[in-house]
Amino acid sequence: MKLYKCSLTELKNMIEEKRVKLQDIHESISYRTTSTDPKIKAYVNKNEAYNIDELDQKDYKDTYLKGLPIAIKDNISIEDINTTCSSKMLEEYIPPYNATVVEKIKEAGGIITGKTNMDEYAMGSSTENSAFFPTVNPWGKNRVPGGSSGGSAAAVAAGMVPVSLGSDTGGSIRQPASFCGVVGLKPTYGAVSRYGLVAFASSLDQIGPLARNVEDIALMMNVITGRDEKDSTCVNREYPDFTEYLKNDVTDMKIGIPDQYFDIEFDQEVRESVLNAVEKLKKAGAKIERVSLTGAEYALAAYYIIATAEASSNLARYDGVRYGLRAAGADNLEKMFTETRQQGFGEEVKRRIMLGTYVLSSGYYDDFYLKAQKVRTLIKNDFDQLFADYDLILSPTTPTTAFKIGEKRDPLKMYAADIFTVPVNIAGIPAISVPCGFDQKGLPIGLQLMGAHFKEEKLIQAAFSLEKILNLDIKYPALK
Amino acid sequence: MDDKYETIIGLEVHAQLDTESKIFCSCSTEFGSEPNTNTCPVCLGLPGTLPVLNKKAVDYLIITGLALNCEIASYSKFDRKNYFYPDLPKAYQISQFDLPLAKNGYIKVETEEGIHRIGITRIHLEEDAGKLIHEGSIDQSSGSLVDYNRTGVPLAEIVSEPDIRTPEQAREYLNYLKKTLEYLKVSDCNMEEGSLRCDANISLRLHGNKKFGTKVELKNMNSFKAIEKALAYEQKRQRKMLENDKKIVQETRTWDESKSKTISMRGKEEANDYRYFPEPDLVPLEIDERWKKDIEDRLPELPAVKRKRFIDEYNLPEYDADVITDSRDLADFFEDSVSEYKDAKVVSNWIMGEFLRLINEEKMAIEDTKITGQLLAKMLKMIDQDVISSKIAKTVFEEIFYTGKDPEEIVKEKGLKQISDQDELESLVEKIIDENPSVIEDIKNGKDKAVGYLVGQVMKETKGKANPQMVNKMFKEKIK
Repeated sequence: MKLYKCSLTELKNMIEEKRVKLQDIHESISYRTTSTDPKIKAYVNKNEAYNIDELDQKDYKDTYLKGLPIAIKDNISIEDINTTCSSKMLEEYIPPYNATVVEKIKEAGGIITGKTNMDEYAMGSSTENSAFFPTVNPWGKNRVPGGSSGGSAAAVAAGMVPVSLGSDTGGSIRQPASFCGVVGLKPTYGAVSRYGLVAFASSLDQIGPLARNVEDIALMMNVITGRDEKDSTCVNREYPDFTEYLKNDVTDMKIGIPDQYFDIEFDQEVRESVLNAVEKLKKAGAKIERVSLTGAEYALAAYYIIATAEASSNLARYDGVRYGLRAAGADNLEKMFTETRQQGFGEEVKRRIMLGTYVLSSGYYDDFYLKAQKVRTLIKNDFDQLFADYDLILSPTTPTTAFKIGEKRDPLKMYAADIFTVPVNIAGIPAISVPCGFDQKGLPIGLQLMGAHFKEEKLIQAAFSLEKILNLDIKYPALK
Repeated sequence: MDDKYETIIGLEVHAQLDTESKIFCSCSTEFGSEPNTNTCPVCLGLPGTLPVLNKKAVDYLIITGLALNCEIASYSKFDRKNYFYPDLPKAYQISQFDLPLAKNGYIKVETEEGIHRIGITRIHLEEDAGKLIHEGSIDQSSGSLVDYNRTGVPLAEIVSEPDIRTPEQAREYLNYLKKTLEYLKVSDCNMEEGSLRCDANISLRLHGNKKFGTKVELKNMNSFKAIEKALAYEQKRQRKMLENDKKIVQETRTWDESKSKTISMRGKEEANDYRYFPEPDLVPLEIDERWKKDIEDRLPELPAVKRKRFIDEYNLPEYDADVITDSRDLADFFEDSVSEYKDAKVVSNWIMGEFLRLINEEKMAIEDTKITGQLLAKMLKMIDQDVISSKIAKTVFEEIFYTGKDPEEIVKEKGLKQISDQDELESLVEKIIDENPSVIEDIKNGKDKAVGYLVGQVMKETKGKANPQMVNKMFKEKIK
């Protein structure tokens, strides 16, 4: 058996039962990465700081993750390791501190294999906006892996690592998970500390796990959730052992199917695959009902105002004064600012900064930002009302399967790829994307389950059942 | 001053709050440390870092608001003020825009024209920026250096209503404010160290006009004197402009201390659009009645009330009350002394005389002296009981001031006890009579004042320790 094909849970069990050596696992992972990553380009920077030969001499016995490998998106800070956000602006930037999730992973005995590629500053849905190189979808060499956590999704899908962390502002974990045939969970806003996550849109950003199965997602959620005194928006509450919810099935779970979401025009194969999964859930005992929910298009509009507004402010600090790129040759302050930002940021990042600056400008604030916040409140209330009656809401994760590299030139078309995922961030609720089938091209299709605030356990419970019911053989792609 | 125009002045004061640590991180706020040593990833605005509010800064702001008769908001929040400058590491300042912690207050100031009420529009909490440093002057220097030690020091911005009518009133307003903040022990109000800064808005209008004239903002005044001077200069400049039918331009002008004039800095068009929006990294602040009450209970007696009470309760002359209530520490020292030594005027004389003389000579803060009210009272009692002479008391006082030693100990150690022994004094008096036959002759011829000279000789002989009243009496009895 090839160890790189094993899930985190399987590896953990084997280590606990002393059936395998840590060194062998990491060697297998490393071998797979060396042979695969030149084609996939999931990593921006591999962590060379740990020595595989020495792994078994260290004591991971009492730790939760037992010295097992995890990849991390390159917008999460790790002390002494470059955190580039796949931007020229931060190409040389090395943080002097660890993000809270990194601290938690280290405490749990996880080994970080490296930093994964992404759309620059997490802005995009294809990882084509990386300033360094695009990542390739393991299921089709001319296909995008989705984004912005495209590297994290592709690395897991290709078997380079069992689990990874991504960040999700408008779908950046779920959409690439869907495109790459893996599971991705965006936790409730406030469930996982954002400290150390390079901010794109502070009120929407959330770190979450990607894995090849739901069980591994539950395992990772046990590690990364929890209060953090360094993040005031991180909520102080007790979290359950998420793996406990793998025991239950969907019997008597009430799941709503929003008409407005299915009224949107989207790919027929995706529709059929999702509805097929719905039927199977029904057979398994879930109570499925059609429900009404505010149109996702309003959430999308509000999202591109709120996210860009916050981004315009969050990205203002990259001015060449303290760290990162500084344009050479500027002979005055303003030139240093403008030329640094001109050279350091890519097109999409600049577009969003411009948009965000515009919507916050005096005279436009009320019409855009304020109105978007009101829409946000309405959407949130709408979800809250539904969750009073339903355990979960179900939709496709994306309107299509993975599109071709270079296919979407029009930014608005690219933005529309987030239509099903964005409302979740706007409402601050958790959602999971699980594979539910393949289209005729052999590309994976994802199904999204949305839950009430801090009800990740229900997502995990239902997703795990669905995974069992569908029994898809998608552990890793053929890598054509 | 010409009566045709009425001057309208409003002041914006920034006071650094004297908390141990910064407003959003745990770095020290100490002034004068090596550049960039009181910094961390948070106050340097490194990517991924988040602010965590220092509750003490909120406490300080609330007590300031209460002392200045403000309403305290039950719900408040922070906002981002966006602008680019090298001393602002995040390129936004966390401040408060539409929901300040305190508003609608007032203070009353007294000038020669009587008592004048000045409204306080609002007081809000924000973070301070860093400081640019130039080698030589800004023109000679080849670059700028930035010291971020000050970044994140909490600031209270106190904005007055345009209720001030003369530069003198402006000065009195500032004096009152400074004294109040010092009383509350929330700020050391040191203008030289920049812990108190003030900008002014000034405009002129014809008497009787309801509409305000075009205002000019004045910056860079480094003392109360400079503020008064700059306002007087600007008052004159604007009046001259108006008298010559010239239009006042809305602009920011800087005070040039060396030339004693204001110089145009930037016009209205160049003003920043700060693009305020709610800070997503902090949760809104809710101040409940209990929190407010807790702080209300800690509110000390304020200068004006204390001054009046000192006059009424201790019968102090107004002048004494003014001097002694100028600082809370001085007033506390006075009251501590008076609680054990009833003659308030004697205490006041010692404090205004010897104590303040030493304070000024040593340039010491009152709180740094070793003397206590109890020690002063004890020493004063020793004078009354003829244990020491009032002349010797000055020496004893100095010793207490520097060492905090008990006056009895000092007297014993240094042998300063007053000589009141009849026999010992008599022999001294006789010796002096023998040595000064011509003086004795003068006295006998009616020149009574010469007795003083003889007493002085005895004092000289005893190094001030002789009881002067006894000696005086002896001379008078012996020379008859």
